[in-house]
Amino acid sequence: MGLLSGKATCNTHGQDSSYFLGWQEYEKNPYDEVQNPTGIIQMGLAENQLSFDLLESWLARNPDAAGFKRDGQSIFRELALFQDYHGLPAFKKALVEFMSEIRGNKVTFDTSKIVLTAGATSANETLMFCLAEPGEAFLLPTPYYPGFDRDLKWRTGVEIVPIQCTSLNGFQITETAIEEAYQLAQKRHLKVKGVLVTNPSNPLGTTMSRNELNLLVNIITEKNIHLISDEIYSGTVFSSPGFVSIMEILKDRNCENTQVWNRVHIVYSLSKDLGLPGFRVGAIYSNDDMVVAAATKMSSFGLVSSQTQYLLSALLSDKKFTQNYISENKKRLKQRHRKLVSGLEKAGISCLKSNAGLFCWVDMRHLLRSNTFEAEMELWKKIVYDVKLNISPGSSCHCTEPGWFRVCFANMSEDTLKLSMQRLKAFVDSITTTLHNQSNHQSIKNSRRRSLTKWVFRLSFDDRVTGER
Amino acid sequence: MLSRIASCDSHGQDSSYFLGWEAYENNPYDQLHNPSGIIQMGLAENQLSFDLLESWLASNQEAVELKRNGESLFRELALFQDYHGFPDAKKELVKLMARIRGNKVKFDPNKLVLTAGSTAANETLMFCLADPGDAFLLPTPYYPGFDRDLKWRPGVEIVPIHCSSSNGFRITISALENAYQQAQTLNLKVKGVLITNPSNPLGTAMTHQELNHLINFSKSKRIHIVSDEIYSGTVFDSPSSSFISIMEAVMDRNIDESDDLWSRIHIVYSLSKDFSMPGFRVGMIYSNNERVVSAATKMSSFGLVSSQTQYLLSRMLSDKKFTCNYMKENRKRLRKRKEMLVSGLKVAGIRCLKSNAGLFCWVDMRHLLVSNTFEAEKELWKKIIFEVGLNISPGSSCHCNEPGWFRICFANITEETLQVALQRIKVFAQSCNPQMLLLQRRSIIGKWISKLSSSSSYDQEPDR
Repeated sequence: MGLLSGKATCNTHGQDSSYFLGWQEYEKNPYDEVQNPTGIIQMGLAENQLSFDLLESWLARNPDAAGFKRDGQSIFRELALFQDYHGLPAFKKALVEFMSEIRGNKVTFDTSKIVLTAGATSANETLMFCLAEPGEAFLLPTPYYPGFDRDLKWRTGVEIVPIQCTSLNGFQITETAIEEAYQLAQKRHLKVKGVLVTNPSNPLGTTMSRNELNLLVNIITEKNIHLISDEIYSGTVFSSPGFVSIMEILKDRNCENTQVWNRVHIVYSLSKDLGLPGFRVGAIYSNDDMVVAAATKMSSFGLVSSQTQYLLSALLSDKKFTQNYISENKKRLKQRHRKLVSGLEKAGISCLKSNAGLFCWVDMRHLLRSNTFEAEMELWKKIVYDVKLNISPGSSCHCTEPGWFRVCFANMSEDTLKLSMQRLKAFVDSITTTLHNQSNHQSIKNSRRRSLTKWVFRLSFDDRVTGER
Repeated sequence: MLSRIASCDSHGQDSSYFLGWEAYENNPYDQLHNPSGIIQMGLAENQLSFDLLESWLASNQEAVELKRNGESLFRELALFQDYHGFPDAKKELVKLMARIRGNKVKFDPNKLVLTAGSTAANETLMFCLADPGDAFLLPTPYYPGFDRDLKWRPGVEIVPIHCSSSNGFRITISALENAYQQAQTLNLKVKGVLITNPSNPLGTAMTHQELNHLINFSKSKRIHIVSDEIYSGTVFDSPSSSFISIMEAVMDRNIDESDDLWSRIHIVYSLSKDFSMPGFRVGMIYSNNERVVSAATKMSSFGLVSSQTQYLLSRMLSDKKFTCNYMKENRKRLRKRKEMLVSGLKVAGIRCLKSNAGLFCWVDMRHLLVSNTFEAEKELWKKIIFEVGLNISPGSSCHCNEPGWFRICFANITEETLQVALQRIKVFAQSCNPQMLLLQRRSIIGKWISKLSSSSSYDQEPDR
């Protein structure tokens, strides 16, 4: 008889994926400007470190919020005892208003439909428990956040079936891709309970187009399944075409109070927009009363600390602060994104055109020895160990095309970013030289031309598809 | 459209434990605004020592300002989501746990996993130790929340180890064996025993004998022992605590370090009861089993403790002088309050199980039942809620197999409110059918006399 459970002994927690292995290498030899200037630079961590000064100065001006005080009076007792899984009312109100603000106030949210959870990690798992039986499946567009392999599957027993997206159309979701995913699920004898998308996308850094969103609504209506929209990066959209929430699409299509309305659920968190992953603040928003009721009870297993709920209710209720924060944060992200893109350009590397997130989806296909995942792994290892940059290989995100990498830009200083780009350029130059000497000069020129052409094509394609601001 | 577990009701939310709560919410007692409202005595909260916590906070602002020696730690804490936990917090927590056990046991911070409350800790242990359909044995009566925490999402079954008042609800070898047999009959694979020590709802710390029965049982069946020691800091015997942790009991048996019994012992703890901070969600699992620690650590991703909170408690607990004084004073106040409840109930002719821990008493109202049935218990309970105006927890909601027992909390209300409650109980008890009462009392007194001569399970005058 096994002493431990199947879940404790298996490895579907996904912890052995390269996503985490690269992290481990970084931990052994982390870059530090002064102490370890030749160490590995962490570019695999999607953290937002650009706007802490704004938060810190607010805290300094508002000591009551962290000091368990309201209007100078101590409310420590009240907060220490507050474990109601319905959440602190003032915090829920401030949070839904903040979510609304991020969506340009085109959508409003109801506090009775929001469930607080210890991070989006908890929110996503909880939704799986609520919407699917063990052995059932959710469709996810690839490439996707590697953590989903743990969060959605591990303890819930839910399966993930990929909706394969490709660089041919900028990795956008197509009807064909969804149908193929459905067929794949059928072949595996899996009942599909829904689709889960991350919008804006991790790792692509792009917002979903209206076309894609409408396509999703059509599919879930036709197949009578759920849609989960993980909008954790919604506050990081720094340039056009701007963020369109699934809720906005439903409103535009007059879906309120229809059956499909009840099958759309949003996940949110303050980990990316506000840069507070340590505080464990996540949320599920659902129009389905039963989902809200079940998820609320399940949140007992991961409530948000009342100490934290109170601090953030004060922060987010300060509308002057939130408005300024949202716009300043975007500005900084945009600037930093541009620095990464131009740094990559100088190294002859292009990325997917993106307008959101804390990372770029980078095309290094032309640096692969062959169009295989083995070659991608080889390249990745060189980049981690020789170039000393921890970036995330596309295969860890289940990308179907070798050669793509996610590179983060918001979790380090500008100087460190500059250095990383210098290292990368030096590396690319050296490869080019080597390959040149191996008389593959012509084929590189050809492949660069091809990449350049694709890039140009993509730029014009995206404009055509997206178009609106 | 939804999953089975989302649509079913095995989250236990419909049990009377929660229904009484609802009744209270609709008509809560307030000294000024609603003096005839229902008094909440069903909530195991410790509200007696907040002044001590608040005064510490007032003199240690850095802990909430997220500073250390004048330097801001905001950035570091905001980004800290490492599921290995804030090192200082774990260091202090294991020291605290050792102190509570009179430093007879030492704990290693690397074997500690932080979770969002013991609710998350218990559920996580089920996910780690059992597959869906497996079973854990629990002594009755037990905390009603376990029906949700252990069963709901992990799909684990609970098989009761029936304990009875004939021996003060102590766990016996035959009760353990019977439970095991029952599980076999139900075709359930038993993965372990889960005990709460000190017990909720009994308020008693386990004896050496009980712990040894459990250890023998675990050895012979090769199963786990999960010891939820969430009330370990509330043991208020004096002069020294008679709390024996499962760790200490195993140590006392001089079991070799290599014996795999060690890998089957797991402790759950939390700051919700001892430190009155249920809102801050600070729980933990302690295990000697590396694989359990490893799996539980990864699972804690689904319920990490806020880094803001981890920092606060690492500072608070590192203040040894404060912590020791707090624990001592807190226990003193709990003891005093318990004695007030016990003597007030005595005046009403109601006895409690002799207890030395917890935030509640296990109260014997069997003599107030019209019949020895759970229907009669339900009837009595409804009377107590709606006529007497006290929300107390009926034994049936704790899976007690004898009708007539109730859990009454004493640490979540003021002294004045407790006096009001006791007054109401006195009046109620006196109003119960005197003839019936007399007959019942006569037979019960007879039983008492024989019981008193054999054991002292009932709480008499408090020991000095």
